[in-house]
Amino acid sequence: MSQLEAGMVRSGMAAPQAQGKEGSPWTGLWAVVGKEMADHLTSIRMLILELLVVLTAAGTVYAALQTLRSTVGQDRFLFLRLFTTAREPLPAFVGFLGLLVPLIAIALAFDSVNGEFNRRTLSRVLAQPIYRDALLMGKFLASFFTLALVLTVIWLLIIGMGVIGLGLPPGGEEVGRMLWFLVATIFYGGIWLAVALLFSILFRQPATAALGSIAVWLFFTIFWGILAQLLARTLRPIRYGFVEEVLAQARLELALSRISPNTLYTEATIGLLSPSVRSFGIILPEQLQGILLGTPLPLTQSLLLIWPQLTGLIAATLLLFALGYVLFQRQEIRA
Amino acid sequence: MADLVIETQELTKRYGDFTAVDRLDLKVRSGEVFGLLGPNGSGKTTTILMLLGLTEPTAGRVQVLGFDPARQPLSVKSRVGYMPDSIGFYDELTARENLIYIAKLNGIPRKEAYRRIDQALERVGLGDVAERPVRTFSRGMRQRLGVADVLIKEPELIIMDEPTQGLDPAGAREFLELIQGLKEERISILLASHLLHQVQAVCDRVGLFRSGKMFVEGTVPELARQVLGGAYRIQVHVVRPDEAIQQALGRLPGVLRVTPRDGTGYEMETREDIRPQVAQAVVGAGGELLTLEIEQPSLDEIYARYFQQAEEEVEHVPA
Repeated sequence: MSQLEAGMVRSGMAAPQAQGKEGSPWTGLWAVVGKEMADHLTSIRMLILELLVVLTAAGTVYAALQTLRSTVGQDRFLFLRLFTTAREPLPAFVGFLGLLVPLIAIALAFDSVNGEFNRRTLSRVLAQPIYRDALLMGKFLASFFTLALVLTVIWLLIIGMGVIGLGLPPGGEEVGRMLWFLVATIFYGGIWLAVALLFSILFRQPATAALGSIAVWLFFTIFWGILAQLLARTLRPIRYGFVEEVLAQARLELALSRISPNTLYTEATIGLLSPSVRSFGIILPEQLQGILLGTPLPLTQSLLLIWPQLTGLIAATLLLFALGYVLFQRQEIRA
Repeated sequence: MADLVIETQELTKRYGDFTAVDRLDLKVRSGEVFGLLGPNGSGKTTTILMLLGLTEPTAGRVQVLGFDPARQPLSVKSRVGYMPDSIGFYDELTARENLIYIAKLNGIPRKEAYRRIDQALERVGLGDVAERPVRTFSRGMRQRLGVADVLIKEPELIIMDEPTQGLDPAGAREFLELIQGLKEERISILLASHLLHQVQAVCDRVGLFRSGKMFVEGTVPELARQVLGGAYRIQVHVVRPDEAIQQALGRLPGVLRVTPRDGTGYEMETREDIRPQVAQAVVGAGGELLTLEIEQPSLDEIYARYFQQAEEEVEHVPA
């Protein structure tokens, strides 16, 4: 707890108005976390989402196992394929996660602050000897821990199914990659959590906040790719058909598409779960000299490859939370 | 001035151009029940939020139990119980669970918290329904749970915002009895309300609040003297009212007004209780006295009269 607190303070997230005030802004934080997590874990909303995810995991992994059984012994990274192997008509589990994680995250947070307003509990809670910091942070952490808990359970479930289905234990390298994949997935959820929390501060109606969060998610999932393409074509048009022009356009499109957390998450997933992937950009023939295509990278090299994506996911989570935090501090609490 | 639990000086809160609280000087003494009276939107809630450090004052000074709420909000909030108007609870949790959360936020050790919760629930008469979810509670039960909620931190001062609003008469009476009980324990109480007759029953002193300003304060008779000019009203019933009696009554010392009442007698406003003199005057003037009643003006009357005056002075300020 103290480490976490210290970390938060150091990263500049201490309350702006806590300066010169008595006591820690985190007084009562764990009381809030405990209460909120208990709420999440006993809510019917969570139950439905958990069921949905477990069903998806069971379905896709079962399908993947059917395919993978035939290749046992030929593949060094059999366990990673559990997550990435798709079998018609089902997409791979990671594909599902890209949809389900934002859904869970939004469901966890869209009514966290406005719900307190509407139930008129906010002024009563804030009249206790705690700062607003503790309340908001506690709500965020509780949702975050719940999300992490759910994802970890499913992750373990999949590995367990894999051990039974394949009859092999995962290797050390595989476990490492899967762990990092779990971390990336949790922070991908963290972004949507922070978005939903932000909207729950901005809008008094939980329905508006939920709709707003889903709209942002849909925008990045469906429209941002198209928009990035259009923007790249407009800003870096190909006039004469030079290689440089084509490259510049492609690079811009890639850079733009990486604003979307979906792109970041997809790339992080690919880098972690497909050890042979060496780059996400455009590879020129001369860069391929001396490379044995298809050979896997060691975990450290794959991590290096997806490091910007991973830190991007974490940074976006913190940034969005900080924004919500400032807004919440400035909000008048009277209904 | 160690016995002041609340002291504000020139306390001001502005939202843009709108002044919600205007240079308020409020003093609440230890152990008293102070009623803050005013119409809705007169700045009562804003004042309370500033007292608790939940809103920062634009200007002025506040001291609550010797602490500055803007600088030491935790010290203030751990000693002051606040019951907001239309108090809300987590409906899906039981009464006890709601209180446990509050106890945890106050950092009360578990064993002590359980003891206090049992005691508080028993005291407000919710001991039997402690394990029922709050969603099944009536308005009056919620309000009493609100008192229990405030009591578990064993406060030195309780601030209540419109505590009896929306309660049926029986519920309101029970609630006022509860407040009376707290007062006997020497807990200071600040009660903001616009329901006057209820406030009058429990408050030691009241302050009339309007458009962010507190104009007059004092005990009810004091206010009556200030606002109505007379603190006592005497109803005189005689067999045959006539001019002589009225003149005799008007000559008595301390009489402010004598008004004839539909052929049965007179209504007098006086500075003091002068019933014996009135009786003598009636008899002396040859009248036959039937009854002589004294009534203290109610707060409703003071309030109505006062705001009526204020209205005439400042016409553009909406009520």
